[in-house]
Amino acid sequence: MSRRPLVREVPPTTWFFRHPRYLRYMSREITSIFVGAYCVLLVIGLQRLAAGPVAWEGFLLALTSPGSIVFQFLALIAAVYHAATWFNATHKAMPIQIGEDFVPGKVISGAHYVAWAALSAAILHLAGVF
Amino acid sequence: MAKSHKPVVWFPFAAGGTVIAFFIPVIVVLTLMAALGHVPVALGYERMHAFAASGLGKLAIFGVVALSLWSSAHRLRCTCYDFGLRADTLAATVLYIAALAASLSVALSLLKI
Repeated sequence: MSRRPLVREVPPTTWFFRHPRYLRYMSREITSIFVGAYCVLLVIGLQRLAAGPVAWEGFLLALTSPGSIVFQFLALIAAVYHAATWFNATHKAMPIQIGEDFVPGKVISGAHYVAWAALSAAILHLAGVF
Repeated sequence: MAKSHKPVVWFPFAAGGTVIAFFIPVIVVLTLMAALGHVPVALGYERMHAFAASGLGKLAIFGVVALSLWSSAHRLRCTCYDFGLRADTLAATVLYIAALAASLSVALSLLKI
């Protein structure tokens, strides 16, 4: 009698519908598509900036198209979701031990959120938004 | 000790993930404001050009964009695999070359400014 190894068939394209946890994982994976596309937008913007004032104004004008606005809203949601999940994971990626005890995860993640808020406010202020 | 090329891919990925988390949301807010007709002062040509012309500005722009690109390329590679594209070497090659080319383009743009 031969003992055959257990082979689990995993559907390569629909596996993530099997468990809510996989869906949450995939929803985070998908943010990379929008963030990646937005990075390409930044690269194009820098090319326009290097090409002179007329090209830059054209770039700013192109940003105002409805499609661009919808894309940027999606990119904003994706970027914020990426940031939140990234900061939530920080205490798993780099736990800090003081003496016998570990610093609570909420403190580590919380510190990242505070730094994020401060940095964003500083950049908005420097950019002349307020 | 076993040698691996993974740290080379992984370090910029982790650094890029952090850079994206801290900087990309606020940058999207700025371009979105411009898109909605309230162009932030810093996105005017003079201010933007002056920022990109300074050494610190060049370093900041290149650091943020290049690390974000690399991290995105690495994550897109994983996303391709998770969606059932099993040609990982192909996906990795295409995406990493795209990230390198885009980073090179950023460097060239910054050198021109």
